[in-house]
Amino acid sequence: MDLTVIWAFIIAFAVFAYVVMDGFDLGIGILFPTFAAGRERDRAMNSIAPVWDGNETWLVLGGGGLFAAFPLAYAVILPATYPLIIAMLLGLVFRGVAFEYRWRDPAHQKFWDMAFTGGSFVAALAQGMTLGALLQGIEVEGRAYAGSWWDWLTPYTLLTGLGTVAGYALLGSTWLIWKLDGEEQAHARKLAIRWGAATIVLMGAVSLYNISLNADYAARWLTAPEIYWVAPVPILTGIVAISMLRAILKERNSKPFWLGIALFFLGMSGLGVTIWPYAVPEALTIWDAAAPERSQIFMLVGVALTLPLIIGYTAWAYWVFRGKVADEGYH
Amino acid sequence: MLENLDALLLARIQFAFTVSFHFFFPAFSIGLASYLAVLEGLWLKTGKPVYLDLFKYWLKIFAIAFAMGVVSGIVMSYQFGTNWAVFSDRAGPVIGPLMAYEVLTAFFLEAGFLGVMLFGMNKVGKKLHFAATLMVALGTFVSAFWILSVNSWMQTPTGYFIAENGQFMPGESWIDIIFNPSFPYRLVHTVMAAYLTTAFVVGAVGAWHLLKDRANPHARKMFSMAMWMAAIVTPLQIFAGDMHGLNTLEHQPAKVMAMEGHFQSHPEGAPLILFGIPDSEAKTVRYAIEIPKASSLILKHDLNAPLAGLDTIPEDEQPPVGMVFWSFRVMVGIGFAMLGIGLWSLWGRVRGRLYEMRWLHRAAVLMGPSGFAAVLAGWITTEVGRQPFVVYGLLRTADAASPLDAPAVAASLLAFILVYFTVFGIGVWYILKLMGKPPKPGELGAKRGDTGPIRTAGITPGPMQNPGGAETLPGDRANEKEPV
Ligand code: HDD
Ligand code: HEM
Ligand code: HEM
Repeated sequence: MDLTVIWAFIIAFAVFAYVVMDGFDLGIGILFPTFAAGRERDRAMNSIAPVWDGNETWLVLGGGGLFAAFPLAYAVILPATYPLIIAMLLGLVFRGVAFEYRWRDPAHQKFWDMAFTGGSFVAALAQGMTLGALLQGIEVEGRAYAGSWWDWLTPYTLLTGLGTVAGYALLGSTWLIWKLDGEEQAHARKLAIRWGAATIVLMGAVSLYNISLNADYAARWLTAPEIYWVAPVPILTGIVAISMLRAILKERNSKPFWLGIALFFLGMSGLGVTIWPYAVPEALTIWDAAAPERSQIFMLVGVALTLPLIIGYTAWAYWVFRGKVADEGYH
Repeated sequence: MLENLDALLLARIQFAFTVSFHFFFPAFSIGLASYLAVLEGLWLKTGKPVYLDLFKYWLKIFAIAFAMGVVSGIVMSYQFGTNWAVFSDRAGPVIGPLMAYEVLTAFFLEAGFLGVMLFGMNKVGKKLHFAATLMVALGTFVSAFWILSVNSWMQTPTGYFIAENGQFMPGESWIDIIFNPSFPYRLVHTVMAAYLTTAFVVGAVGAWHLLKDRANPHARKMFSMAMWMAAIVTPLQIFAGDMHGLNTLEHQPAKVMAMEGHFQSHPEGAPLILFGIPDSEAKTVRYAIEIPKASSLILKHDLNAPLAGLDTIPEDEQPPVGMVFWSFRVMVGIGFAMLGIGLWSLWGRVRGRLYEMRWLHRAAVLMGPSGFAAVLAGWITTEVGRQPFVVYGLLRTADAASPLDAPAVAASLLAFILVYFTVFGIGVWYILKLMGKPPKPGELGAKRGDTGPIRTAGITPGPMQNPGGAETLPGDRANEKEPV
């Protein structure tokens, strides 16, 4: 297989890992105001405090990896979505420091809780809209972005933004079902049903909108013989969505979370099918944007050596903090 | 064109602003992570509780500084693309992989073990916890390694060729790229800078509490440790800085000319200008206080060696002199002030009065932030001194920017300024508050909600958040006095 394709999959993996892992962190941030101040909020926060930094690092790998493996795509996409990226970064600033600050300053805990929610919401929305902006197409001339600084704002990108917010909230609530118990778990379940339903509706809407975006996307999903290859994606998505809702209703512990991740996986596969083989739809293929072979090989060695280790110690860190979130007197 | 210039200037200000802010935190956390590892190691080895108490005391501060470093760092990794798109496209094949290695070998390591370091002592046991602390410290160092390699390559590019489409491409060997000529010097000088920055912060906190209570064993311990660092590392740092300067003279002579204020060439030994006001219009340093021939002595080790000045450099390749000249003097001045403190403390030790010398303690408190000032001044020297290039001699800053409208960059710059000053300002305030409390026996760790008297059950989550798990505080003096 060609190295550029391998790199496309590595970047896709990093983005997927980011989306599900920081997805549940950001989701908890988005849902934070619906938790009772005090014990419920503290436990929700503590369920992610030891892991959020590692989760966020996948974003740096996604961005840094894009810079390294597809520098031209990085150089085109980021200026095209400038205000979104800046908003996301600032959102992440607020949500990141809130983890520490809310404990250091009890008098202003409410304020930092709001910053946590606001930051998480803005980051999630901006990420979803960036994705939408990429899918709807970016104007490129030569080796540079050629549009205006507002091109990214359309009804479609608003829809993808909201879809992402809903999806993250779903992941966050299913994570809490797993990590909490008692009344708080029951609350998380209610949230998961609501946001699960919203996610499914919005995913459907985005998919339909995608097909109407351009003829190529439509051809990929609606004409034979491609349709036989791609049909399993929507069918599986339907099955997973229903099983997830059932698992929530049947009060399963970790199953809703895993099925939520499966839902995201299928959603991303769908997007992959739609966009392939472009790095920037209709403008730059992954081969146009790729770094030279020497850079690809050098980094591939690094990935092959470090990624198994990273996955290993990340899993260990999760294992250390396994089980229901501790409360006073636990252990 | 004028419009473009504005956007360019704004982008430069934005980059300088965000990276300067970012670097404050690593400068502190690289040193502090190592200090924490030393403290925990000493505790494991000697079993003395004073080390564990100090470990937990600084761990709380580390947690805040680290969080600020992470969020400001993520901003940096996206800024290459948002604001320097042409640079990203062209230099991506060479420096992109180095930055990817930084993520893979450093950021994941830090972040992966940070949770265990902060909250896991009860869960994993002492040895494994120590291993986690070591991994975090190692991660901060590896991070400095890669990012400084990137920066150094931009200063002294080697091991590349330029492709038809204008991209810099990696040549035969990655070693030539990573270990480019200025990298070893920059790495050594910057990592020692981080250690010194931390040492002077720790020393200031120790001195502050000694001034209040000369007998506090924790304050004594940290003050003494910090003063050892000041006495030993400062001379090394000055030596490394000198070597760094010689290396720069070889590869970026124009930068050294600006640092020295040498507008004119000196065929028969150049003077060392101690102070003065550079006037770029008149191409001279006004009111200069100078030592004849000393610059030639330092840079060439020969009183009469000729030194070229900026008159040998084309006008459009000269860096701005004033900023480089001044920031360099600030850094060097602070370096010698640090040396003074180090020697003073040695003298105090010899006389056995290290903990009694009030004026030394006062001076150490005053020098607390000096490392940050030196580090910032050093970077300004380095970065402004390489202008007008981003990739030295090859790609001009003016040609490297993204095609963005000025209002877009103005808006983002304003947002960064507002958010950074408030959010990081508040963070620094919290750190100062923690430092204002004296370290005490049975210090709590990064446990949540133990900031003050408000310890209702509601905001005090379980012992999972408390390395060491000290739930009760023997001799708790937490609320005795509240300085600051
Ligand atoms: C605690 C911090 C600190 C202290 C006390 C010093 N420096 Fe420094 N210096 C730095 C922290 C620093 C730095 C922040 O780490 C820089 C910026 C970029 C770099 O490589 O190191 C730097 C850059 C830097 C450069 C620019 C190199 C270049 O860009 O090519 C020179 C020539 C020196 N230093 C020399 C000195 C001398 C002669 C010092 C002795 C008095 C000194 N520094 C003290
Ligand atoms: C090691 C990583 C670093 C890299 C890769 C890097 C990269 C760059 C780049 C691309 C520029 C050119 C853009 C511009 O002109 O604004 C620049 C300028 C600048 N950087 Fe850095 N930088 C690094 C570290 C730092 C640090 C740690 C500081 C300060 C604490 C700093 C301070 C500055 C300043 C003040 C400028 C403005 C120079 C000018 O435009 O006149 N840099 N840097
Ligand atoms: C423009 C240049 C820079 C970029 C793009 C950058 C990028 C980043 C990023 C993305 C993070 C967050 C990592 C995480 O998620 O855990 C970070 C943190 C960090 N960076 Fe930077 N960085 C730059 C300059 C520097 C410099 C010059 C140094 C040191 C010499 C440095 C040392 C560190 C360290 C030690 C951390 C860990 C967090 C902390 O200690 O606060 N960085 N950086």
